[in-house]
Amino acid sequence: MKTTKDTTTAAAHGGDVRLSGISKTYGSFTAVHPLDLTVPEGSFFALLGASGCGKTTTLRMIAGLEEPSAGTVHLGDQDVTALPPYKRPVNTVFQSYALFPHLDIFENVAFGLRRRGIKSVKKQVDEMLDLVQLGEQARKKPHQLSGGQQQRVAVARALINHPKVLLLDEPLGALDLKLRRQMQLELKRIQTEVGITFVHVTHDQEEAMTMADQVAVMNAGRVEQLGSPADLYENPRTTFVANFLGSSNFIEAEIDSRGGDGLVLKAGGGKLVLPEARNSASTTTGGKVLVGVRPEKISVTHADEAGEIPEGRNRITGRIADSSFIGVSTQYVVDSPVCPEFEVYAQNIARDPRLVPGAEVVLHWNPAHTFGLDATQDIDAGTEEEAAV
Amino acid sequence: MATLTEAPPPLTPAAPEKKAKPPRRRGRLVPYWLLLPGILWLLVFFALPMVYQASTSVQTGSLEEGYKVTWHFATYWDALSEYYPQFLRSVLYAGSATILCLLLGYPLAYLIAFRAGRWRNLIMILVIAPFFTSFLIRTLAWKTILADGGPVVGALNTLHVLDVTSWLGMTQGDRVLATPLAVVCGLTYNFLPFMILPLYTSLERIDPRLHEAANDLYARPVTTFRRVTFPLSMPGVVSGTLLTFIPATGDYVNADLLGSTDTRMVGNVIQSQFLRILDYPTAAALSFILMAAILVMVTVYIRRSGTEDLV
Repeated sequence: MKTTKDTTTAAAHGGDVRLSGISKTYGSFTAVHPLDLTVPEGSFFALLGASGCGKTTTLRMIAGLEEPSAGTVHLGDQDVTALPPYKRPVNTVFQSYALFPHLDIFENVAFGLRRRGIKSVKKQVDEMLDLVQLGEQARKKPHQLSGGQQQRVAVARALINHPKVLLLDEPLGALDLKLRRQMQLELKRIQTEVGITFVHVTHDQEEAMTMADQVAVMNAGRVEQLGSPADLYENPRTTFVANFLGSSNFIEAEIDSRGGDGLVLKAGGGKLVLPEARNSASTTTGGKVLVGVRPEKISVTHADEAGEIPEGRNRITGRIADSSFIGVSTQYVVDSPVCPEFEVYAQNIARDPRLVPGAEVVLHWNPAHTFGLDATQDIDAGTEEEAAV
Repeated sequence: MATLTEAPPPLTPAAPEKKAKPPRRRGRLVPYWLLLPGILWLLVFFALPMVYQASTSVQTGSLEEGYKVTWHFATYWDALSEYYPQFLRSVLYAGSATILCLLLGYPLAYLIAFRAGRWRNLIMILVIAPFFTSFLIRTLAWKTILADGGPVVGALNTLHVLDVTSWLGMTQGDRVLATPLAVVCGLTYNFLPFMILPLYTSLERIDPRLHEAANDLYARPVTTFRRVTFPLSMPGVVSGTLLTFIPATGDYVNADLLGSTDTRMVGNVIQSQFLRILDYPTAAALSFILMAAILVMVTVYIRRSGTEDLV
């Protein structure tokens, strides 16, 4: 939407995917709000979001299967906005694979090559089938293969054309959990091997985090935040991102003063320290801030030993409402005056037998693990409870 | 509680023993009982008439003296050598009508399956609507449509279409009625729904994402149709052409009402042999030859179109 077109063109690499001000509306419904996005060449890029957030529509606009209502799509220096899908150097792995049922595996994979008038396809197809470990199945029909094998055929069928970008529309959605994990590694391996840009649409945050170099979290037709998985996880900018990627605890607080280590906040009766660099909300004294902290950053200490907690840590008090033992860790739900259901994951190294429901505890964490968000947002955005409504 | 627990025990051990066997035996027989009406129907109205007709075809005699089975197979040869023009004509007319049905029906079925949206049901009803009137009345209506000097014939004449069809031997001068073209038109019209319905069914089953996938893999719309849509609709094409061609070959109403003595099809011959000339052996032999011919043609056709491993 900004007029930075010329400068971005100059800065763009040869094979970047660039979406500028791209949007899609169906009647009065806006599936994708004007969106600017650059996918660097050779990267594994994930579009992450709940169903109906516009991620698939965005992908289909890159493929040319959906016409944008406004904006442009560039592949490298080429404006492909007006090109039909069969003229774009882009291939898609469809959600349900969409393999041609009347053709065998070999012909499915050879389809794109043949359409471009390439006569001797045998060698290339064989190599591609070997890459996805399906050399033996070349003469079978798609329905004779398992879901995981069909998925690999779909990847091979797209990759053999050496597209500038490979688009993957929830490619693992139909597979069971174990196979999905295996295919995630497989896709990552293939991507590293061929070096083609992958744009991967998924609603599974774990999948996006394990596979992608860069993740764009989408919500209601907008990109909420863009960054590396670790960056998104550690420094969420919105409650949606904080809740959608993992889970977060939020405390409503008020800025009290500015100290040496960062902002000092008032929450309930206590004080919390928030490093200024990790605050995306207002910094004026008296301003409201949502203080967030991830459950696994928190330590639990029984109230009797509160004195042993080192100085300089953020702390709040509460009572354990519930605890569940899940092997590697124990999850506690703590009722605190500042936050009704505080979640804590404690690793099972030295379990304190007194930490049972009803016990008074002190929760404490390193202030560096605190992040601050704008307090006007919905605290539950992006949680499963909200998604269920 | 006490009375309840005491009363049932004598019943429970006895009941399973008694009931265990009979349901199983009855269960095994149930499918056969369910098949019985169908088998009886086929036996009485298909198998027996076939046997009866087969025996009729090898009888000799006359209506006055009565017919006797004399294993006179020469009737078949005589019938074939006398009426082969009508046989060829039947295949030609039915074949032309089938091709016309396919050419008219495919785009319509495609439109209904992929483009009609909310109009889909309405168009389907319009396709089936002619069935609400009698076959005879609909065919008779074509007499009016194709009447000499009528608007249709006039338009075809102005467009010089009739010059072409006359040259092909399908029409004579500026007449359409009582020519082969009229018969083919009638056949096409009457059997069109039998082409559209199976075509629609098989087109409708095609996942639209396959079109997108083909598009994505560098196939232009025309190529997508040729390489994906059409091959996948082959089961519909095969069943549609069979449902059109088989009854059209044996049809006699269209040739009777819209044609002339020069357009007699084998159905007309069989009809007149049975009902007017009362030469039952020849009529029965002609029926068998027609059946055998259709069976051979259909078998070859299905083999060649190779639709078995579709689906």
